[in-house]
Amino acid sequence: MRRYLFILVVILYSALLKAEVLKVRLNSSLSSLHIAIKKSHAGDTIWVEAGSYKEPPLLIEHPLTIIGIDYPVIENTKREEIFTIESDSVNIIGLQLQNVDVNYVNDFAAIKVNKQEGCKFENNHILNSFFGIMLKNSSTCIIRNNYIKRNPTEEEDEMSTGNAIHLWYCRDMLIEKNETRNHRDGIYLEFVDRSIVRENLVVDNIRYGLHFMFSDHDQYIANTFRSNGAGVAVMFSKYIIMKNNHFEYNWGSSSYGLLLKDITDSEIIRNYFNTNTTGIYMEGSNRIKIFENIFNQNGWALKIYGSSNENQFSRNNFLNNSFELSVFGRSTTNKYDGNYWSLYTGYDLDKNGIGDVPYRPVKLFSRIIGKIPSSSILMRSLLIDIINFAEKVSPVLTPDYLMDHQPSKKPFVYD
Amino acid sequence: MFKIFKYSFFDLIRSTWSLVYLLFFLVITSAILYMSGDLTKAIISMMNVILMLIPLVSTVFGAIYLYNSREFAELLLAQPIKRKSFFLGQYLGLSISLTVSFLIGVGLPFIFWGVIGSKYLSNFLVLMGVGLLLGFIFSLLSYWVALRFENRIKGFGFALFIWLFMSVIYDGIFLLILIWFESYPTENLAIILTLFNPIDLGRVLIMLFLDTSALMGYTGAVFYKFFGALNGILISSMTLFLWIIIPVFFLVRYANKKDF
Repeated sequence: MRRYLFILVVILYSALLKAEVLKVRLNSSLSSLHIAIKKSHAGDTIWVEAGSYKEPPLLIEHPLTIIGIDYPVIENTKREEIFTIESDSVNIIGLQLQNVDVNYVNDFAAIKVNKQEGCKFENNHILNSFFGIMLKNSSTCIIRNNYIKRNPTEEEDEMSTGNAIHLWYCRDMLIEKNETRNHRDGIYLEFVDRSIVRENLVVDNIRYGLHFMFSDHDQYIANTFRSNGAGVAVMFSKYIIMKNNHFEYNWGSSSYGLLLKDITDSEIIRNYFNTNTTGIYMEGSNRIKIFENIFNQNGWALKIYGSSNENQFSRNNFLNNSFELSVFGRSTTNKYDGNYWSLYTGYDLDKNGIGDVPYRPVKLFSRIIGKIPSSSILMRSLLIDIINFAEKVSPVLTPDYLMDHQPSKKPFVYD
Repeated sequence: MFKIFKYSFFDLIRSTWSLVYLLFFLVITSAILYMSGDLTKAIISMMNVILMLIPLVSTVFGAIYLYNSREFAELLLAQPIKRKSFFLGQYLGLSISLTVSFLIGVGLPFIFWGVIGSKYLSNFLVLMGVGLLLGFIFSLLSYWVALRFENRIKGFGFALFIWLFMSVIYDGIFLLILIWFESYPTENLAIILTLFNPIDLGRVLIMLFLDTSALMGYTGAVFYKFFGALNGILISSMTLFLWIIIPVFFLVRYANKKDF
């Protein structure tokens, strides 16, 4: 319904501009998209009817709207780049773009945009492509509701696949409700400022689900990152907001739910970390507020490495993680007060919902593993349970400043 | 030998202790399955139970049984029976009756929960295999101890010490060694030390087949490379069998020259 409404709006809009409408159909006078593009003028609309089209490189140099009816299949004859866009305000809607081969010289993409603004790519299926949608030096574009998937091959490696959505030096972008699978990185952003990444589903990518660097003032809301090779990695950025995201099933020895490196002044709120080897890995990250997240059944809920300072962890639920917290280095300025820890066994005499005994989330064994990795072979042995218990009763080796002074007795319920 | 085995097997399987042992496993396995509602978690919980209890119960039970059947042994040894076949038959009766209780007690609830046909079948089989071998190994050790020490208190003490050593003290020494050699790459040393203790070996085998190995990072990868490959599996199952074969050899040699 919304699609038809949108088409209606587009038609009315184009009628208003007295723009022309061209129809591309197989076995008609206009049976090729690239001829239609050549014939069109700025502001025109091209309708592409269902069918399979083999096209030479499609270069768009004026504002244009291309709308597919029932997902016409568009391929490049040489299996190279399909759309190259060198104009503002180009909309590509409802096409199925497929088969862009891997190339080690050029980063061929199904749709590539260079130095433009106001583009919109919506409801496309991009299948088996090297890069999916690639934008450089662009701004105010919308990438919405696309389905981007590669066919998984036998020898999957980082070098022979591209990113599904790749943005470089962009600003004010909106990436929304896309689904990306089996690419190298699901969503890759480098030098992308003031952008919103919202409600995307990013699954089974070979490297990172979301990978961004040097991208400030961005918001990541309600995305799901599941079973990606190394989870989500975010680096060298400031003023980031991450809310209501799901980080799930990123399991493997070098896999992280969320890897933070040199992230500062950011907020990580109400996310759900489920069954990751490491929930949040943090290195060189300062002044981050980590509130109201749920950490469920991770190997490590939190791994905090050196030079991470003044981070606050509060009102989080830590449920059934093998290790709740590992700390490396000697930072004393991180605050862990007021969380719920499912391994907490203290009491609450005054019935105010806050345990009377401070909780120490760092287990002795997780410190030993940190120092001597090969001792991890003793994991789950009886001895380890005994020394953890002994250390809990009278702490000697675990640092005494690492404490939750107000551990909650009950898990927090967020509305 | 087979007659003796049959006799002691049926003697044991009818005893209250086997029944209690069986019921205990039935109850605890069903409880864990019911509480966790998830096969993987249940397998991990059962791993802890099995690694601690099977050695302990086999040790205690083996010693009790041998001390109690001493008169029977003396009576039978007066007959023209080879010592070797008598002791081996009795040992097999003991360990197989324990194992049967274990297999039924743990196996039935898991099968009832549909482990066959699920993708956790291999994990479950590893768990059962490890439990089975541990039962054989520890009943053998306690059997040998009980034969060795005429004094029951000493015998029990020593058998329990073996259990304590294998499940706790050994790991303590292990950890100390790893701490001493902190600045060296100790992965291969850790693998060798693991091979020498059947409880540790069983634990590592189960854990590697579960997803826990990812938690061990680089070390886990090294272990996985060793234990996950055919060679590693061969070597580790061979060491587990050596833990049976070598004590059996000593048992037979000792039984042959012991004065009753």
